[in-house]
Amino acid sequence: MKVAERALLTGNEAIAEAAIQAGCRHFFGYPITPQSEIPEYMSRRMPDVGGVYLQAESEVAAINMVFGAAGAGARAMTSSSSPGISLMQEGISYLAAAELPCLIVNMMRGGPGLGGIQPSQSDYFQATKGGGHGDYRLLVLAPSTVQEAADLTMLSFDLADRYRNPVMVLGDGYIGQMMEPVRFVKPGAAELPSKDWAITGAEGRPRNVIRTLSLDPESLEAHNLHLHRKYEDMRKNELRVEMIGTDDAEIIIAAFGIVARIVKTAIRVLREKGIRVGLVRPITLFPFPYEALSEAAGRVENVLVVEMNMGQMVEDVKLGVCGRSEVHFYGRAGGMVPSYEEIVREVERIHGGGE
Amino acid sequence: MMTMAKAFQRPKTLIPTQTHYCPGCGHGIVHRILAEVIDELGVRERIAGAAPVGCSALMHRYMDCDMYESSHGRAPAVMTGFKRVHPDKLGFTYQGDGDLAAIGTAEIVHAAGRGEKFTVIFVNNAIYGMTGGQMAPTTLIGQRTTTSPYGRTPEAAGYPIRMAELLSTLEGAVYIARVAVNSPRNVIEARRAIKRAFEVQIEGRGFSMVEVLSPCPTDWRLSPSEAMRFIEEKMIPYYPLGEFKKPEATRR
Repeated sequence: MKVAERALLTGNEAIAEAAIQAGCRHFFGYPITPQSEIPEYMSRRMPDVGGVYLQAESEVAAINMVFGAAGAGARAMTSSSSPGISLMQEGISYLAAAELPCLIVNMMRGGPGLGGIQPSQSDYFQATKGGGHGDYRLLVLAPSTVQEAADLTMLSFDLADRYRNPVMVLGDGYIGQMMEPVRFVKPGAAELPSKDWAITGAEGRPRNVIRTLSLDPESLEAHNLHLHRKYEDMRKNELRVEMIGTDDAEIIIAAFGIVARIVKTAIRVLREKGIRVGLVRPITLFPFPYEALSEAAGRVENVLVVEMNMGQMVEDVKLGVCGRSEVHFYGRAGGMVPSYEEIVREVERIHGGGE
Repeated sequence: MMTMAKAFQRPKTLIPTQTHYCPGCGHGIVHRILAEVIDELGVRERIAGAAPVGCSALMHRYMDCDMYESSHGRAPAVMTGFKRVHPDKLGFTYQGDGDLAAIGTAEIVHAAGRGEKFTVIFVNNAIYGMTGGQMAPTTLIGQRTTTSPYGRTPEAAGYPIRMAELLSTLEGAVYIARVAVNSPRNVIEARRAIKRAFEVQIEGRGFSMVEVLSPCPTDWRLSPSEAMRFIEEKMIPYYPLGEFKKPEATRR
């Protein structure tokens, strides 16, 4: 199978191809809508590149296979959608604790419970605030186009290796299923730490042990502090945010992922109507760009957060805005996608000050 | 003058330190057998192990080879990940009965079904040792534990699971045996089976598992010697020893 440098692909396919081009040769997964095109693509493509596609017996097994492969020094990944990601949370906590680099893709669908198969952003809390047990963070990257899904996937492996931390690409059913032209461009060669900690057989070196049990509270606290410093470094070095029209804006909209795409159309319409609206689009959801938001929001009276959930990122926006302006929320849930008209109406309501 | 050679010594793979195991525990014997086999096969520098959750979660303190700690029941998935990255290396999991026969049944069944090329050491002591003696999936009918205080009944808790027999029905499982470490003779048999299980892996044949009936005097509330008799009189009648599956006769 030959992959053109530029191709028309779904977000799911683009992520799979980008992962392969970033050197991922070990994929472990379990089918679930709306991300099954990722394992399907991997099962077709991995044999071409001498890689491994393995369909696990469950998401629980898949994430632990990632643990084994990442611990063995390979670039490994899995992908799933909301209920499957819930099943992986224990394993993700272990990966973070053991500091194993890997990529986890979550193409979110409506919940809670089995929910639906339509796009949603209702796993924001789970992705950015820990998700599993214990005090840990993932680097969370939220693409809003197929191109960006490919770019962030390639970047994610470098980030994972640099920080020895699991990275999550947080998309939704919309990003996964829609087709757009995409060009695969590798990020510049990164200087990455060697994986001298990996399990490879202790040939000519002292044994390596990958462990997460730490019965002595002093040493476990020290490990927590070490992890915390790493997360602080991420906060300093890895913030990514897109800002559009925030300089002259009267109102700021904050949105991530596919919703930011819809907001861009709404902003165009609103500006034609004479209402100057700006967009703050966090690309990294952890670390969250609190300062960028704070700066943009400091110049306006109203900030509107639009999400495909009942209000999750809005809590981080409030932390960033810190009372300097009023924060409003507009959300659709359960797989419903807000239209640009709905967003225009919401802004007009806020701008007009009426109901 | 006659020189004397040291015939019996500590295996290189066994780190010279005191273990955290209780007096009379079987893990020490099984660790030693494992270390001896690794030494004998000369694979210490190209093997990796996955420890479970349970008393042997800390076995990496004693084994001088690369090791993972796994989450509860998932050692076969972790080892699958390792072997798919390093198919030229050897791998083993070391799991207890709660780990392998309760929380990790899906992982062990599918690792065996896929014919993953690693070796499983399954230590069956019919109890949850680390958490203080609760009922295990392999606890015998009538056996008292902290969560079957009146003795396990089939009505309330069903029947103990015979994992070796169960897994031996799978195509991908190539070598499946059950041994015990309650007597010198059985220890010699156990060593032979564990070595055979690794040879099957080295030959690239598929999945291999050795179930080891092992004493837990502390949680059985027995003396070490009574615990050895418990294996003989209670466990072996329900969990018969032997090779349940082995590869067709080899050239060796």
